[in-house]
Amino acid sequence: MSDVVVQLTELRKSFGANEVLRGINLEVTRGEVVCIIGPSGSGKSTLLRCVNMLETPTSGTVAVGGIELTDPDCDLDAARTSLGMVFQQFNLFPHMTAMENVTVALRKVLKRSRSEAELIAGEQLARVGLSEKALSYPAQLSGGQQQRVAIARALAMGPSVMLFDEATSALDPELVGDVLAVMRSLAEEGMTMLVVTHEMGFARNVADRVIFMDEGVIMEQGKPADVLGNPSVDRTKKFLASVLGTH
Amino acid sequence: MSLSKRQRANLLRYFVYAATLIALALLIFIVDWSKLSNAMFKWRIIKEQFPDILTKAARNTLIFTFFGFIGGLGLGLILALMRLSKVRPYRWFAATYIEVLRGIPLLVTLLILGFGVPIATGWTWPNMYVQGAAPLALVAAAYIAETIRAGIEAVPRGQMEAARSLGMSYSRAMITVIIPQAFRIILPPLTNEFVLLIKDTSLISVLGVTEGTRDLAQFGRDGVGKFANATPLVVAGLVYLILTLPLTQLVAYMERKAKRVRR
Repeated sequence: MSDVVVQLTELRKSFGANEVLRGINLEVTRGEVVCIIGPSGSGKSTLLRCVNMLETPTSGTVAVGGIELTDPDCDLDAARTSLGMVFQQFNLFPHMTAMENVTVALRKVLKRSRSEAELIAGEQLARVGLSEKALSYPAQLSGGQQQRVAIARALAMGPSVMLFDEATSALDPELVGDVLAVMRSLAEEGMTMLVVTHEMGFARNVADRVIFMDEGVIMEQGKPADVLGNPSVDRTKKFLASVLGTH
Repeated sequence: MSLSKRQRANLLRYFVYAATLIALALLIFIVDWSKLSNAMFKWRIIKEQFPDILTKAARNTLIFTFFGFIGGLGLGLILALMRLSKVRPYRWFAATYIEVLRGIPLLVTLLILGFGVPIATGWTWPNMYVQGAAPLALVAAAYIAETIRAGIEAVPRGQMEAARSLGMSYSRAMITVIIPQAFRIILPPLTNEFVLLIKDTSLISVLGVTEGTRDLAQFGRDGVGKFANATPLVVAGLVYLILTLPLTQLVAYMERKAKRVRR
């Protein structure tokens, strides 16, 4: 068996006449941390949302763990349990406590008992450092805490891949560090991660591979040191210059 | 002499105060208070309204309201989900239903369903409560459906996406994540709907309610006939207020509480 966990083939996505993804080919292997960077509107978020089929691709295929999600007969609900997704806006369920946010899918989707689900949720909340906030409602938590609960919620399902869609972009600057620390420790534990981010430091230090996207295509990819330190494509150079404010 | 803008505004304000005082004074002098209290606030008649107005009339009003609301809520939820469905015929049916029942006066719907349908089909209503509450529920459903739909649409899109990304099916996500939030959002308009329904039950009496199924309004009207006096109507009006005011207060309280928890 190959170690390819996520495989995108000739992926295209249009919104009306606007083609956002123009033929993406991408393989992510087990344990790999891939950071996707690029200017806004480059299609990187859409790409991530296609991986768990929150957006239906116009053409091309998405396969996760050997299961083709773009197959019309695929049980998407079952397939999504192995894909953890973390959103820019956290999207915690506001009418549930942190504990309930983490247990709800365990109980309603994976049909675990309440005690089993709470055991798993307790572990995951501890993992993101929020055991003492289990009974708090999202509105009582800071943005960074909410995002960490959202990460725990995704991890509780036991996913084989974690998708991060600009997970720190909506946070106050002083709260970004806690979330990045959780993401970094996840990476160190060997989680396969696909991370859309503007955090160049995270991409440089944690990613195994950095992908630069623009106008719906992968312009450049490779080791972080190469793509970020010595980009070969002009667009990448310009983007990095504007983001890092150098040159 | 020209006035500044503020001076003109002040002048206008004093003028309104003075006009109000004059109108009040005129009212006090012109109205024949003894005649008025004799016709509308006669103590002997007020006393005679009790306890039947509470134990029978108010009880019937609440029974009509309760079943009308429960039926309207259940059917309204189904209609709201149909309106949001991907299946076109569902959307068409729900939209037509809502437009038709909102467009016809409740009085006419009551008469059509209460009298027209039995005449046309030979089918008879099992009892007065069903005959009165069912049309009320069918009409309330049309209004409540729109309220629920607005509530569902007010829940941020990310909530559905997060639920789906955790492997929940569309209906599971609706039941567990979206609808509970939608109902929190629509609690005030839904209560408003309930209060409207309390008042709308007064129309049921056109179906010819019996002694035992009289609602508040009919009870008041019967009192007018009995005593040749308007006092029973005033008492009925006050009982309506006793029913509706605590409800609106309760919702205000629940809203404050919900805000505190979720802030």
